Amino acid sequence: MLKYTFDWSIVTSGKYFEWLVSGLKVTLELSAVGIVCAFILGLLIAVLKMSHYRPVRWIATAYLEFFRNTPLLVQIFFWYFGSYKVLPAAVNEWLNSTNFEFAAAAIALTIYTSAFIAEDIRSGILSIPKEQMEAARSAGFSYLRSMQYIILPQAVRITIPPLVNQFLNLAKNSSLAMSIGVMELTYQARQVESYTFKGFEAFTAATVVYLGLSVVITALMDLYNKKVLNPHRA
Amino acid sequence: MIKFEGVHKWFKKLHVLNGIDLHVKPGEVVVVCGPSGSGKSTLIRTINQLEPIEEGSLIVDGMDLRSKKTDINKLRAEVGFVFQQFNLYPHLSVIDNITLAPTKIRKTPKKEAQEQAMELLERVGLAVKRDAYPTQLSGGQQQRVAIARALAMKPRIMLFDEPTSALDPEMIGEVLAVMQDLASTGMTMVCVTHEMGFAREVSDRVVFMDHGVILEEAQPEEFFRNPQHDRAKQFLKQLLSPMH
Ligand SMILES: Nc1ncnc2c1ncn2[C@@H]1O[C@H](COP(=O)(O)OP(=O)(O)OP(=O)(O)O)[C@@H](O)[C@H]1O
Ligand SMILES: [Mg+2]
Repeated sequence: MLKYTFDWSIVTSGKYFEWLVSGLKVTLELSAVGIVCAFILGLLIAVLKMSHYRPVRWIATAYLEFFRNTPLLVQIFFWYFGSYKVLPAAVNEWLNSTNFEFAAAAIALTIYTSAFIAEDIRSGILSIPKEQMEAARSAGFSYLRSMQYIILPQAVRITIPPLVNQFLNLAKNSSLAMSIGVMELTYQARQVESYTFKGFEAFTAATVVYLGLSVVITALMDLYNKKVLNPHRA
Repeated sequence: MIKFEGVHKWFKKLHVLNGIDLHVKPGEVVVVCGPSGSGKSTLIRTINQLEPIEEGSLIVDGMDLRSKKTDINKLRAEVGFVFQQFNLYPHLSVIDNITLAPTKIRKTPKKEAQEQAMELLERVGLAVKRDAYPTQLSGGQQQRVAIARALAMKPRIMLFDEPTSALDPEMIGEVLAVMQDLASTGMTMVCVTHEMGFAREVSDRVVFMDHGVILEEAQPEEFFRNPQHDRAKQFLKQLLSPMH
């Protein structure tokens, strides 16, 4: 017979509620930093991967294959436990004075996700007819300016659905940061559980919050789609 | 203004331009015609280096296209190109299509660029469409916007690659009218087209190509009345036959 008595009050108010809220704050920060940086880096890698110079393409390919095909947790451990062994002392000192766990997790999430985003953006770019590039080049735009003003704005629109997916993945994957002691939502839920033995309530609360986060990201992207993108495009 | 001398181009093993010599003077309107696959598009695309050449010399507006010192983007800014498929930027409104290059490349202030764009839109008869998007326009309207977009850079040369071939017959006239108007302003133009009415009335010279070679070059009257080459005769006959 089940002897467990539910106590939802611990996750809706009081000390433990505050722990969860502080965890959510860290999760949001980590996701926001990760999404912005991963998008910019992914864009850059996508452009490099399409460069006319073979060595540049080769480097981009190596980057993509490497980071997409190794587990995210290993990458997080690498940045946290591995990187400071090889970094100069001065950099380490600076890192220690900052929030090193957070930085390592943000770097790992950014790099990992950027590889997926780069591939999505690249297929978006490839789906733009080559005549668009010709039109831009014949107007006198350089390759990079053509990308900036003509190709990427069109490609990004096409890429939005897969991008949202990557953003959601990043937000969810940020829970792995608890493994190196980043006090994000999952970490705090775990804390609440160990102090109260109310694992069901703690992780239900965490689950609901992650779900809410996904819903918000999707809704924001929808809004962007409807409001910012003009409805008349091809 | 444009000077081809012994120009050759290959696509892999395919010899598409086989010793082209052609001289276009400032203000001249030259029509290029010939059978499909004869190299007309390739020829016109070499002028702004959408296709690089492998042999010979090509000087455009004083710039040597084979010299490493030539700034190709600068050259392209001086040469307008109008495509068969219009190739407007679908994510930008009509006015933004026209002002993009002037504001970004020429650094024209936005307000000035917009005023100039409106003048051009007036000229091609589409001022009311300034805020429309390309997909909301007919083919003929898109092509007229494309011409206005090219003119916004104040080019010294305009190139047209079959500008009316993708249009419904009833829209061809409006585009040709714009081109005729442009020719009357003294613009240097090279047009690949099979619109023989335009060639006859507007052009100064007709160039007939086949298999990557210029077979015939003549005044339009001369070319239509008395084509020299068998293949030109055949081509004209096909063009004028009701089966075409
Ligand atoms: N990018 C390319 N790569 C390989 N071959 C090409 C390329 N572009 C054109 N060709 C070939 O070069 C030849 C000349 O093509 P081009 O497009 O210049 O002919 P065209 O006279 O413009 O024909 P059309 O009237 O059909 O437009 C054709 O045989 C064509 O198949
Ligand atoms: Mg052609």
